[in-house]
Amino acid sequence: MTDAKPTPAPETTPPAELVFDAVRIERQGVPLIALDARVAQGEVLTLMGPSGIGKSTLLAYAAGFLDPAFSARGRVLVGGQDITGLPAHRRHVGLLFQDPLLFPHLSVGDNLAFALPEAIRGRSARRDAVHQALCEVELGGYGARDPATLSGGQKARIALMRVLVSEPRALLLDEPFSKLDTGLKAQMRDLVFGKARRRGLPVLLVTHDRDDAAAAGGPIVDLSPGK
Amino acid sequence: MLKLAPLATLALMLGPVIAGLAGTVLPAFGYMPALGGDSLSLAPFHDLLSRPGLATSLALSLGTGLAASFGAFTIAILFTAAFEGGRFFRAMRALLSPLLAVPHAAAAFGLAFLIAPSGWAMRLLSPWATGATRPPDLLIIGDPYGLSMTLGLMAKEVPFLLLMVLAALPQTDSLRARHVATGLGYARISGWLGAVLPRLYPQIRLPVFAVIAYATSVVDVAIILGPTTPAPLAVRLVGWMRDPDLAMRFTASAGALVQLGLSAFAIGLWVAGERLVAVIGRARLRSGRRQAGDRVSATSSALAMGGLTAALLAGLVAIALWSFAERWRFPDALPGTLTLASWQAHLGHLGAASAVTLAIAVPVTLTALVLALACLEGETRKGIALRHRTLPLLYVPLIVPQIAFLFGFQILLLTLGIADTLLAVGLAHLVFVLPYVFLALSDPWRAIDPRYGHVASALGASPNRIFWRVRLPLALRAAATAAALGLAVSVAQYLPTLLIGGGRHATITTEAVALSAGGNRRLIALYAMTQMILPFLAFTLAALAPAVAFRQRQALRASA
Ligand SMILES: Nc1ncnc2c1ncn2[C@@H]1O[C@H](COP(=O)(O)OP(=O)(O)OP(=O)(O)O)[C@@H](O)[C@H]1O
Ligand SMILES: [Mg+2]
Repeated sequence: MTDAKPTPAPETTPPAELVFDAVRIERQGVPLIALDARVAQGEVLTLMGPSGIGKSTLLAYAAGFLDPAFSARGRVLVGGQDITGLPAHRRHVGLLFQDPLLFPHLSVGDNLAFALPEAIRGRSARRDAVHQALCEVELGGYGARDPATLSGGQKARIALMRVLVSEPRALLLDEPFSKLDTGLKAQMRDLVFGKARRRGLPVLLVTHDRDDAAAAGGPIVDLSPGK
Repeated sequence: MLKLAPLATLALMLGPVIAGLAGTVLPAFGYMPALGGDSLSLAPFHDLLSRPGLATSLALSLGTGLAASFGAFTIAILFTAAFEGGRFFRAMRALLSPLLAVPHAAAAFGLAFLIAPSGWAMRLLSPWATGATRPPDLLIIGDPYGLSMTLGLMAKEVPFLLLMVLAALPQTDSLRARHVATGLGYARISGWLGAVLPRLYPQIRLPVFAVIAYATSVVDVAIILGPTTPAPLAVRLVGWMRDPDLAMRFTASAGALVQLGLSAFAIGLWVAGERLVAVIGRARLRSGRRQAGDRVSATSSALAMGGLTAALLAGLVAIALWSFAERWRFPDALPGTLTLASWQAHLGHLGAASAVTLAIAVPVTLTALVLALACLEGETRKGIALRHRTLPLLYVPLIVPQIAFLFGFQILLLTLGIADTLLAVGLAHLVFVLPYVFLALSDPWRAIDPRYGHVASALGASPNRIFWRVRLPLALRAAATAAALGLAVSVAQYLPTLLIGGGRHATITTEAVALSAGGNRRLIALYAMTQMILPFLAFTLAALAPAVAFRQRQALRASA
């Protein structure tokens, strides 16, 4: 099972099953969080648990930027390939946080262009890809806009499309809906889960909101002590 | 490359200080084979002690330095306590950057132009109030107690300390702490001193030490405003170091060590004072007294702050007026006619000196900026902030008196064969520019939300791409400001340029200070103006850079 040298990830790779294989994270020798889980393509696994238990830390480990204050064991696999040895930017796991984190110095369109894989070559091809992505979330004319001038819901949609155009193999979501108001929340849930399912992306969702879990419709892992 | 940056930075910043101190200690004990000193002895100290007026020089350095530091500290603290958040405070805050950009020498000249017997203040008051039709025969500039010098140092240190206070305040939760104190019935200043100062002070302690070390060993301001018979120790040391009689180097080295001890002693006194204040303060907190002289403290700090700032600004206006004055007879309040004639006549010299100044300042600033960015980026990539380990190191070059190690550093440069070159001067400037650039850049850099980098890397961007396309643009404003500050620091350097350059590289600042003995106001004004214009231009460019680069980006355009 263990592959001594990590195989270099090909430039574009399709979505594939996400597996947490005996992942254990400790802080100064004290166990913090552990997860064994399998997320199939198009499935959403919801991770719940009290604040401070290490959910964000777990996502950081999978994405490749665990703070040196922590140490971790176990493997994270995408499509059977161990990604824990890869540098963060070669892992192809998309991230969404509760803040959209659009780069404030880039236009909306350039935020998307930044995320577009290099494999899409040529100025017009890239421009078309950006335009298409914008249209997909009904923001067709917004390419030249300053992200600071968008509404909260528009920012969230752009942040989603920015992750998707980067062609991730799996998605990690850290309370992505928690800052949206109720109406918007329902909309964004449908949008995110719908797009992830259509693309066949495995999704790991961290949330405190039971409704998120219900909308996701997938299995729930509750990390509360005693469960 | 990134891995080497912290090491290179430390070497360039601390190497000269350490090597310089070693190079000072040996000759101080008579060892300098090049000058025939090949055995250790105490002769240099004996010679030093036999210098006439040495005790007075020491007392002047200690007294003026401590008085100026204490005054500046008290004013900055009480002013913040009394007015934080108010309109007066915001106005001062807006004035801070321009005031900080003014080199010490220019500020000292401004004050001299203002308060001298024939200065602007006397002209404005004469003859209607004073009855004087000729300058009164008073010794104001260079008074034997160093009062003008103390005033000049204080005026320039208040903005610096206020800036440090402003930088530290957000981490103290000051407004809420004060609201709690007010809710408990404490008057404004008493509440602030009890609830905020104990949390604030540890963060401004090193800058305070730097102020004390600077004020007790300053040379340029002392040459311009300080007493001459005798002068404070540091000024006399420079004279001995540049004495044609090379044997004086031994005395000078011994003196440099004494200067080091004197500045350390001053800081030691301050630390003792800290202890005392802590004990008294704690007792007062327990006593629950809710007010003590709040009114008086507020009023006097406002007066002092307002007065010093006004004096500084008026001095700068006086410099500007003199540089354009065709003739300005006493006691006329203003020059009769303004003209560009002096500027035109000296344009060549000013241009040449500016060119030398920039030839040093620009490469030094860029080097410092690149090193600082490399260190910070390396730290971000590793995910650890080195802050607590490195912060005190950044203050080493600012706390060790310049004169204590520059002379020894010069000896090292001689053995390397690069003494007196522009490169050597640049290396010396770098020692002082690096800490400021680093201090100015590191907080904004570390404040960048790390999740931007995480998101970018999850999108597939390589670390280099993230640096150039994400982090650097996000830090552009801070980087530009840090560069401007670095340039201002380099432009203002007097002692390193003079000693390490062997007097061969005439910058605006060395020229200006050299002119002070001659007393040609018009000429001094030209140089002092140029001294201010260079950093001013740098700060203007720094303010424009993000405004232009991000003219369509709301979030980055608003001034931070
Ligand atoms: N850099 C760090 N150094 C040390 N401890 C940290 C660091 N970052 C987070 N922690 C601690 O690790 C624990 C886990 O943090 P984490 O952010 O993963 O929790 P979480 O489960 O995501 O909580 P929440 O639901 O509130 O987001 C917390 O106790 C936190 O205080
Ligand atoms: Mg979290």
